[in-house]
Amino acid sequence: MFLSLSGIRKQFGDHVAVHSFDLDAAEGEFVSFLGPSGCGKTTTLRMIAGFELPDAGSIRIAGEEIGRVPANRRNVGMVFQSYALFPNMSVADNIAFGLKMRKVPAAERKARVAELLELIHLPQSGGKYPYELSGGMQQRVALARALAIRPRVLLLDEPLSALDAKIRLSLRQEIRAIQRQLGITTVYVTHDQEEALSLSDRIVVMSQGRIEQTGTPSEIYNAPATEFVARFVGTLNLLPATVTDAASGRVRIAGRELRAASAVEAPSGSSATVALRPEAIVIGDGGSEANRLDGSVSDVTFLGSIVRIRVRVEGVDAVVALDTFNNPHEAPPRIGDHLRLAFPPEALLVLPHAPDAGPVAGDESLAPA
Amino acid sequence: MTAAVTAPRRRRRWGSPWAWLIFLLGVSYFVIPLIATIEFSLRAAYKDPVTGEFIRPSLAAYELVLKDPKFVGGLLTSFRIALITIAVSLLLLVPTAYWVRLKVPRARPVVELITLMPFVIPPVVLVFGLIRIYAPPPLAFLNSTFGTEAVLVGAYVVLSFPYMYRAVDTGLSTIDLRTLTEAAQSLGAGWPRVLWSVIFPNLRGALLSGAFLTLAIVMGEYTIASFMGTKTFGPYLSLLGQNKAYEPAAGSIISFAITWAAMFAIVIIGRANRGRTQPAGAP
Repeated sequence: MFLSLSGIRKQFGDHVAVHSFDLDAAEGEFVSFLGPSGCGKTTTLRMIAGFELPDAGSIRIAGEEIGRVPANRRNVGMVFQSYALFPNMSVADNIAFGLKMRKVPAAERKARVAELLELIHLPQSGGKYPYELSGGMQQRVALARALAIRPRVLLLDEPLSALDAKIRLSLRQEIRAIQRQLGITTVYVTHDQEEALSLSDRIVVMSQGRIEQTGTPSEIYNAPATEFVARFVGTLNLLPATVTDAASGRVRIAGRELRAASAVEAPSGSSATVALRPEAIVIGDGGSEANRLDGSVSDVTFLGSIVRIRVRVEGVDAVVALDTFNNPHEAPPRIGDHLRLAFPPEALLVLPHAPDAGPVAGDESLAPA
Repeated sequence: MTAAVTAPRRRRRWGSPWAWLIFLLGVSYFVIPLIATIEFSLRAAYKDPVTGEFIRPSLAAYELVLKDPKFVGGLLTSFRIALITIAVSLLLLVPTAYWVRLKVPRARPVVELITLMPFVIPPVVLVFGLIRIYAPPPLAFLNSTFGTEAVLVGAYVVLSFPYMYRAVDTGLSTIDLRTLTEAAQSLGAGWPRVLWSVIFPNLRGALLSGAFLTLAIVMGEYTIASFMGTKTFGPYLSLLGQNKAYEPAAGSIISFAITWAAMFAIVIIGRANRGRTQPAGAP
């Protein structure tokens, strides 16, 4: 593996920021660390960069142990949330800074700066100063500066957080395109699930200094390994359930027997949490194999192309959200309407019960009725 | 209705009459003695070489002072010592303030307290201590001109602590020190290079403020220089005051003009660099 983190641990005083952390990233892979604030993702990134030294474990790039190598000798490019462009230098000088440190001849430096300015679509901005550029332009310059030194690994620490939504989207695509073009191994830190899902080859979901799950965006979204991942990634409906027959994947919610596509890990008779993605639920009876729940509409939100309907499930103190496409010829249900909801067995995820799991974004069962 | 609306607006624009009165009293407190000194310095009579008449007011006192080799010598010595003091202060305090902010922020109150010591220990106490240590052997530095000036520079560096440290620390607070340092490190820069290429240029305004404040202190310092027997500008002016009438006033005005020119230079250079050193992301 090109980038290998093994048993990485970091403690600040009594607080363990990162517990034993393992990761193997292939050359050219785009890996995202995803998690809420304080989950240890930035600390892990900073250990790869050399700004923090791990208390235990090893960090290897292309087989070379770099855990104790000073930051300025790691040849690792870093892009910061606050851009961190040198205010006293022009755009060209910012990009050339790392090359000067490596004593690259002036002519070669100039050519490389021009090449990178082309890459970030700012060929005429070399003579400008950072304060003359917009936030998005500054971050592109910061990316060019980090790439100028031809780093072995590119690290990005929430690079889009300070930008507005529209620029964030376009720059996100630009970062991915440049990363693919250069084939550079990249580690991207974000708390934005959409960013992680759309950019990454693989996502490492973290919570309280530990890895919750590592997988492709599809694996993380469709088959969350823990309740935390299920709650954190995407919008999710969580319902309390009792396992009635673990082997055949049957659970009971509000007196109704529901069926999962496969066997349930939790033993029969135990409590579990059932997770349902809003897009998997339809209004009506569904197919012959579908699971069904009844409830009354508690809220209807118009989101443009999507209409999100919240339904209070009968017999359970929980609200289920479902998304339907906006149809201008058909009025959405009204608050108080009785609805039958259906979803296929494949959409029903039975998660091990985690009583200490706190409320997180996207947790629809916690939404007010 | 219109008058009722415009009256408070006018007052807001021009401020309260009481504020103006206090401001004018404050200005008078400083300006009247200055005008009186200028007026007195112009009372020295100029003798017309042709008619033999005495002309008043005249710049005769200024002419005498500027022609005096001791004045020029004292001024140049003070200026030279001031420049060395500024260089030593910058080399000592910029890395210190940088390191304290970046690595040991908890030590900041202690360092600040140390830099305030010159306000607690009067120069006369400081100079007696210095003479006691550096005049007798084995550290008899005060027996040579070079040694005396070196000790004087050390004393002035200490005197400039409160001004220079605060100027540097304030400058450091305006930049994202940690991120800029880490950005430079990730690009391959070691500590000396980070300081020289990234931190120093972004502190230009703050360093100039500290430098010129130090210049002003050293140019007018009397107590320490006098006790050490150095021929700097302060003791020269004092000596002049004991023997002459109008020349000390002229000398004071000249030194005042030099200090103001230095302050004016801060403003000009600071404005010229404001654009370049504006924090990234500023509109």
